[in-house]
Amino acid sequence: MSVVISVAGLCTRYGKQVIHRDLDLTVLDGEVLGIVGGSGSGKTTLLRQMLGLDQPMRGVVKVFGYDLQTASADDLRRMRRHWGVLFQHGALFSALTVFDNVALPLRELRALPEPMIADLAMLKLNVVGIGAEHAPKMPSQLSGGMIKRVALARALALQPELLFLDEPTAGLDPESSESFVELINTLRNELRLTVVMITHDLDTLISLADRVAVLADQRLVAVGALDEIVNIRHPFINSLFHGERGQRALAAANDDTRPPKIVFPDHVP
Amino acid sequence: MSELYAEREQLPSIATTDSPTSAVALTGDWTLDTLASRMRPLTQQARRYSRRAWDLRDIGRIDDAGATLLWHAWGAERPAALLLRPEQEAMFTRLAEVQKPPQARRRRAWSALAPVSRVGERVVDVIDHVSGFTTLLGQTVLDIARIAGNPARMPWREISANIHRTGAQALPITALVSFLIGIVLSYLSARQLKLFGADVYIVDILGISILRELGPVLAAILVAGRSGSSMTAQLGVMRVTQELDALAVLGIPYSLRLVLPKIIALAIALPLLVLWSNAIALLGGMVAAGVELNIGYRHFLSGLPGAVPVANLWLGLAKGAVFGILIGLVSCHFGLRIKPNTESLGAGTTNSVVTAITIVILVDAIFAVLFSEVGIP
Repeated sequence: MSVVISVAGLCTRYGKQVIHRDLDLTVLDGEVLGIVGGSGSGKTTLLRQMLGLDQPMRGVVKVFGYDLQTASADDLRRMRRHWGVLFQHGALFSALTVFDNVALPLRELRALPEPMIADLAMLKLNVVGIGAEHAPKMPSQLSGGMIKRVALARALALQPELLFLDEPTAGLDPESSESFVELINTLRNELRLTVVMITHDLDTLISLADRVAVLADQRLVAVGALDEIVNIRHPFINSLFHGERGQRALAAANDDTRPPKIVFPDHVP
Repeated sequence: MSELYAEREQLPSIATTDSPTSAVALTGDWTLDTLASRMRPLTQQARRYSRRAWDLRDIGRIDDAGATLLWHAWGAERPAALLLRPEQEAMFTRLAEVQKPPQARRRRAWSALAPVSRVGERVVDVIDHVSGFTTLLGQTVLDIARIAGNPARMPWREISANIHRTGAQALPITALVSFLIGIVLSYLSARQLKLFGADVYIVDILGISILRELGPVLAAILVAGRSGSSMTAQLGVMRVTQELDALAVLGIPYSLRLVLPKIIALAIALPLLVLWSNAIALLGGMVAAGVELNIGYRHFLSGLPGAVPVANLWLGLAKGAVFGILIGLVSCHFGLRIKPNTESLGAGTTNSVVTAITIVILVDAIFAVLFSEVGIP
């Protein structure tokens, strides 16, 4: 398997506060990597550095083989067309309708005729389970779960190979969060996506992640499959998995290794 | 190290013969990347063969973009003979079900009444603003009455912070603008007065025009642009981020904590800025008069009290206080009406500043009429 993202020797500091110290991480082609860590452990900072939004103080971040700090503007632009990002709060453009939000990246290509853009955008909305009646709405008229779905549709608009998810299920009720996880699972199999996901939610982690990276003490204390991680002795991992909540989530996962498929009425294959 | 799939992709191509019965075979990768630069020729080619039998089984990769291109070339229906792989089957089934995007904004049908109804809409809009503005004014008066009974609840800290922000921090820019205006005014008047040999009257002209009109209006316009916009934006963002709601549920009325301090602060700070702007503008005028007409500083200053009745100064300061209250009310009014999107924030801030400046000049004209008998020798 080839490497999609590689982070080497990453150091980050805000003033006197050290966020990352010599952090190394690789993301492999086709996997779902879940990044967990306590509040303030630098998960979001790490994500922003992988996206090239923040510059690391020291260290190299390579995505698709391009060093984000030294790659030419042309290369970066080309590469950015191949990843999609789902921000924690959706980050939909508040002045555009739902439809225009999804159509924007397609229009920016300046290659597709408008009828095709319309069909493609409606396809993407369909895939994430947003009906056509919501297309002319403004983002402020949508519920939290719908905002995330539309944001996912926008992230998928350019057929990305790599998808970043920042807290995909935070702020959703259990039911929408479960169906959102199921949606990502389906998409990932259909579109052979590589997914990097930050999450607090154990259920999401258990049902999506192939590998888990645990961020604590300013570095990655463990990277591996979930059942390997669970057995590592570390205070944060202990409190995460061996607390009451963690036990419950793990028990539920072992009880029924494949959770029942939830099928969206809108996109029965 | 991985590279982008796109860099490994095969170019899409359409293979067939001239015979109208031969099948169309597609090869290569039909993805957004490979298609984007070849959109036009491929669409034309596909359209030409749309009635033939199609074979898509040898395609490398096809994504929604590729499928949509073919779908449009076929005229939004499947060709009579179409060979697909199972996963492609699902793709075209999904495409067939896609709905057209509903039109977000339907253009209103033209009618003879359109200009009339547009005027009507504007009138309703203005009435809406006026009633909102009046409500805010009433709320403020009620707040003041309530606080007067319980002075401990007076938001002193907010008031002092606002005086610092709108008054003290505006001193440099007000000084610069006033000084330059003073010089310009004095220079131009001096040229005219010289013609008539009426050099001494420069003191009267500068004194009355600056103390009575220019000082208050200049300061008010600068404050409306500087502080009015920031107050509108602040309240607007607080509405967008639900901070206003958070204050309300904590039992802190935002009219008392956010609106009132701004208005009181402006009512205090603006007259002080007027005084400052008067002094600097007169200084500028005095410098220019000295250069142009050889009128000494001592002569200028000793002539001032005789030439300008002190009522003009008080009138200017009172105008400053009224302008301050109006600017505060207008900017808070617009800030509280901002809707949770970026466009509304921008439009609201612009409207707030434009309205505040217009109202300042309007009220200035009313003052001029009402007090035409006051302070003119």
